[in-house]
Amino acid sequence: MQVVSKAVRRLASFRSRLMSSVASIDPSAGLTDEQLATQELATRFAHNEMLPHMAQWDQKEEFPLSTLRAAAQLGFGAIYCKEDYGGSGLTRLDASIIFEALSLGCVSTTAYLSIHNMCAWMLDTYGSEELKARYLPDLATMEKCASYCLTEPGSGSDAASLSTTAVKNGDYYSITGSKAFISGAGESEVYLIMCRTGQPGPKGISCILVPKETPGVTFGAKERKVGWNSQPTRIVHLESAVVPVANRLGEEGEGFSIAMSGLNGGRINIASCSVGAAQASLDAVIEYTKTRKQFGSPIAAFQHTQFEIAEMAAELLASRLLVRNAAVALDTKHPDTVVLCAAAKLYATRNCLQVIDRALQLHGGYGYLKDYPVQQYLRDCRVHTILEGTNEVMRVIMARHLMAS
Amino acid sequence: MSMKILVGCKRVIDYAVKIRVRPDKMGVVTEGVKHSMNPFDEIAVEEAIRMKEAKKASEVIAVRCYSTIQQETLRTALAMGADRAIHVEVPAKDCENLGPAQVSKVLAALARREGASLVLLGKQAIDDDSNATAQMTAAHLDWPQATYASKVSSCDGKLTVTREVDGGLETVEVSLPAVVSADLRLNEPRYATLPNIMKAKKKKLDKLSLGDVGVELRQHLAVVAVSDPPTRQAGVTVDSVDSLIEALRHAGRI
Repeated sequence: MQVVSKAVRRLASFRSRLMSSVASIDPSAGLTDEQLATQELATRFAHNEMLPHMAQWDQKEEFPLSTLRAAAQLGFGAIYCKEDYGGSGLTRLDASIIFEALSLGCVSTTAYLSIHNMCAWMLDTYGSEELKARYLPDLATMEKCASYCLTEPGSGSDAASLSTTAVKNGDYYSITGSKAFISGAGESEVYLIMCRTGQPGPKGISCILVPKETPGVTFGAKERKVGWNSQPTRIVHLESAVVPVANRLGEEGEGFSIAMSGLNGGRINIASCSVGAAQASLDAVIEYTKTRKQFGSPIAAFQHTQFEIAEMAAELLASRLLVRNAAVALDTKHPDTVVLCAAAKLYATRNCLQVIDRALQLHGGYGYLKDYPVQQYLRDCRVHTILEGTNEVMRVIMARHLMAS
Repeated sequence: MSMKILVGCKRVIDYAVKIRVRPDKMGVVTEGVKHSMNPFDEIAVEEAIRMKEAKKASEVIAVRCYSTIQQETLRTALAMGADRAIHVEVPAKDCENLGPAQVSKVLAALARREGASLVLLGKQAIDDDSNATAQMTAAHLDWPQATYASKVSSCDGKLTVTREVDGGLETVEVSLPAVVSADLRLNEPRYATLPNIMKAKKKKLDKLSLGDVGVELRQHLAVVAVSDPPTRQAGVTVDSVDSLIEALRHAGRI
């Protein structure tokens, strides 16, 4: 009895530290003092260091490495890694707050930062001490950037059917195959490659860290994308790339579950980016409709405008609640974590995209011009319903859990 | 040099917020409005921390004088690197009367109590633009003052301060202990880092009452009215220089 109530009390105090009161349209509602300070820091950084450059990064397809490193200086490079090797030791909720705030400054760059964070966490959780000591400090400062390599030209949603193979030879693996749609490829120094070391299906997959300079590693041309242009996307080719067995994360055959456990958090992060972009779009459109006059009044005076904005706010709030709830679930190892992360990703990426789209519509012709940020938020968030598991796969995951006998 | 620096932190409406006058025309709307540390105070905090990092100071104490609403201003100062903080609590009903005359008394009392050799303040707060607290604090303490500082260097118990004045730059030397007020170009305040935000939790934040610092609040100013600036009037096109001069004369401008 005593043991149970002690655990419940600890959980309650942990939860109350994480989410003390009511969330609202204002993203700072319901946060503790430290979370507010964290959010304030991220918001300020986004305003000063990212927002002024976001259009240029998109149009010129520039990878803002110095800005990313400046963000890492503040502790944003390995937010939820342990402090042992330079991580910030914070929670998934803190990370969600940070990515939501940074997205105002540039969704694409923030999304890449979140992928880097996911990789750092995978290394921190599943790598050997020696491997962590070798790579984590540089990942924490973003002296080195990381990329997550699961998808292949022939395997996207059917990820477990991947065919990149790692053949063991003494103390080394020789890896051959291609990874597609890899964010940061060509710029990153560290590649977490999910590859086949054993039988077909998920249980034959391992996760191996491959450094960029490994002979046999080459990159395809930089893809030309609708959005996410501040980060390069390329195919990664591995032709008999040889790495030590010590570079493997976890055991052989654990790679798929390592990849999926990384993605649980990754989904919350991407969803947070969508929420941040939707907030920025909502704020922008409220201002715009107050100043734009047609038919003798500001368009904010028309009931249609007001109803649109009200609905957008409700969708945004629902998305934010789902995302933060999923973050707390992950932090507290709630039994429904996987479903909650999938639900948050499904709902937030879809509904926030719609919020941004409606915001663009309310801007009228101006919304379509690259002089206004709404179109960039839209183009950048368009891919969030597709990557880190398509929204269709999110439904598959949820249905599997909901309908299990 | 084991100099203790006292830095004043005021919580003001964030500079980016659109100010609205209250319906009773006795102030501006503060309820639910974003607040942050006065930008000039941030610059003062940054300067104090830099002096500590350069080993010119041993301790940086951030102070605030107000009611017990959110502590985030002091926490921000701690997260930037201040060693500890003092919050002088003022009953909420008296906060409307807190102006430079009152705050300077509190700061002077604290400087004496803490044995500080330097009081670093922002040159003015962006809400009332008084630009008086540093000057009054120096007067209460009978210390030299160097205001509108755009550069501060310290050596052998003296400060060399470059001041931004209307005519340009003026360099003065003041002996410690002294009061300095920070101007915009003194430095660029650092971002707090996540580890420092977390460490700030553990730093000491003392709460004192007005009685503890031996200060009695007396109201010296009463707000008569607060109103919006007049809305911009439409202009008039004139057809010659003579009509322009005539119009200006008529408007009493020349």
